Amino acid sequence: MIGSQPVSPRPIGGRHRLRRMIYRPEFGALLAALVVYGFFAWGTRGNGFVTLNGTASWMNSTAELGILAVPVALLLIGGEFDLSIGAMVGMTSIILAAGTTHYELPIGISILTAVLVGAAVGLINGFTTVKTGLPSFIVTLGMMMAILGTSLGLARTLVGSPIVSLNTEGFFESLFASRWRQFNVSILWWFAVAALATWVLARTRTGNWILATGGDTQAAREAGVPTDRVKIGLFVAVSLGAVLVGVIQALEFNSGDVSRGTAFIFNTIIASVIGGVLLRGGYGSAVGAVLGATTFGVVSVGIFYTGWETDWAQLFLGVLLFAAVLANSFFRKLALSR
Amino acid sequence: MTEHQASEHVHEVLPPILELQSVTKRFDNVLALHDVSMQINPGEVHCLLGDNGAGKSTLIKIFSGVHQQTSGNMCLEGASISFANPREARDRGIATVHQGAGVLPLMSVARNFFVGSEPTRGKGVLRRMDMAEARRVSLEQIQALGIRRVEDADQLVGTLSGGERQALAISRALYFGARVLILDEPTAALGVREAQTVLKLIRRVRHRGVAVVLVTHNAYHALAVGDRFTILIHGEAADSFVQGERTREEVLNLMAGGEELEDLQLELEEIDAEFTPSA
Repeated sequence: MIGSQPVSPRPIGGRHRLRRMIYRPEFGALLAALVVYGFFAWGTRGNGFVTLNGTASWMNSTAELGILAVPVALLLIGGEFDLSIGAMVGMTSIILAAGTTHYELPIGISILTAVLVGAAVGLINGFTTVKTGLPSFIVTLGMMMAILGTSLGLARTLVGSPIVSLNTEGFFESLFASRWRQFNVSILWWFAVAALATWVLARTRTGNWILATGGDTQAAREAGVPTDRVKIGLFVAVSLGAVLVGVIQALEFNSGDVSRGTAFIFNTIIASVIGGVLLRGGYGSAVGAVLGATTFGVVSVGIFYTGWETDWAQLFLGVLLFAAVLANSFFRKLALSR
Repeated sequence: MTEHQASEHVHEVLPPILELQSVTKRFDNVLALHDVSMQINPGEVHCLLGDNGAGKSTLIKIFSGVHQQTSGNMCLEGASISFANPREARDRGIATVHQGAGVLPLMSVARNFFVGSEPTRGKGVLRRMDMAEARRVSLEQIQALGIRRVEDADQLVGTLSGGERQALAISRALYFGARVLILDEPTAALGVREAQTVLKLIRRVRHRGVAVVLVTHNAYHALAVGDRFTILIHGEAADSFVQGERTREEVLNLMAGGEELEDLQLELEEIDAEFTPSA
């Protein structure tokens, strides 16, 4: 009889806690981050990678990727893609540069404009995806082209060049582009975004809805989850993340550049996947995306300290992505087979 | 057996919670259901038997608000009713659990249990899921259905067996107020042992006074737990009886359409004859 089998209590204490940790979606990413950091710290010893300046260097590089990788991870967990984020980063920088330089608007107004445009882009992506049922891959690919075309057209018409210069000082400059020693303030933005996303995903009912929507939209809807609203909200969050990165970069580099964000499109997805986010949705964590972005940043910057040709960084990242996906898949199966 | 007779006695005084009166459902030119009448009583398992395409799905979709009948009448506790959508049916206490149980394998037991109706604590921006409550209630409710193996509310539902997933879905439906529980082929994809788990679940649910509609094409499972039976053939209620009135053979014959089974027997014998070396 099934019912009469003795109940074996689960082990408690330290071993139990360790097992819990292994079952978390970001466990593979934690290992990857530690291994990669250890590799570069040891491999480049004496070259300054583990100094304060070296640390600032990879953290600065990681922060901007991380700010965007975190909402992208949430969107992936919710079961959708957004390829238009790169174009949105570029457009934000153009709005800021053109607004401030060409129209001589206060920078605050330009930032507000970019935020509104970003929210509108997210809403259009979201509504189009949920209402037409088309894959978000296609919808946001179209949006990417539309935004690129618009920014390029605007920049050429207004300024005559796809790169627009921008000079600003004061409150917004310190809010988005100040530094402490070599550390950019964007690192704090990254931590703030990560903390907020972790809270939402792990602790709120919205987080439960995101996991359910990505896991099985139909089942989630039948259980009463407003899956359309969840997806639209995620598209808006990702788009606003792109605006934040666009603002930071525009103020940091003192210019607007249409094509600046292109690298974010795939790098954020790579960071998320290294971080244990399941590409088809329903599984993953914000902490995972943070660790994934860290791994990515450590590799991209660490390669400089090795003295090798930096061309090899791509190969390294490719192999790493593959290994991380295998490891994450292994740990997920482990969590499903206990 | 005495328990069974006792509950039988109680049911004679209780009115049917859900009733169909001469219900017909037509999709364009296809007659899916024709003049079907049946009663669903609290504390009873009403088995809906029939071959694929006999109209079982259409019938439970009318109960659960997915479809509306073309003609005839549906009554909830004696009052005529029509559900515009599944949500309305669920709000009135009619829950459906499908074969896959509608659970999310990569989410924990506690999170699954409360998907769409999460308990929260705190106010404003600090409003958050009450995970302790979710863990406690989900385990308590599943174990109340006799499933003892599920003892960690944080384990992923993907680690549960098919029967345990059914238990999760059923206990969730009951916790959120289901009075009529429609189980759509709950044992179809399960092995013998898991199917037994589900049949025991059904018996427990019945003793709680819930009305169970069990859709199945497995006559053995139906006869094991059913109180009342309706057999659908080509959209019509071909037979309707209570536990003990028909033998297993009679039920199997009815479901297969009687004569067809005898024809099959003859045809099988013809094949045997072909392969028998003529002495």
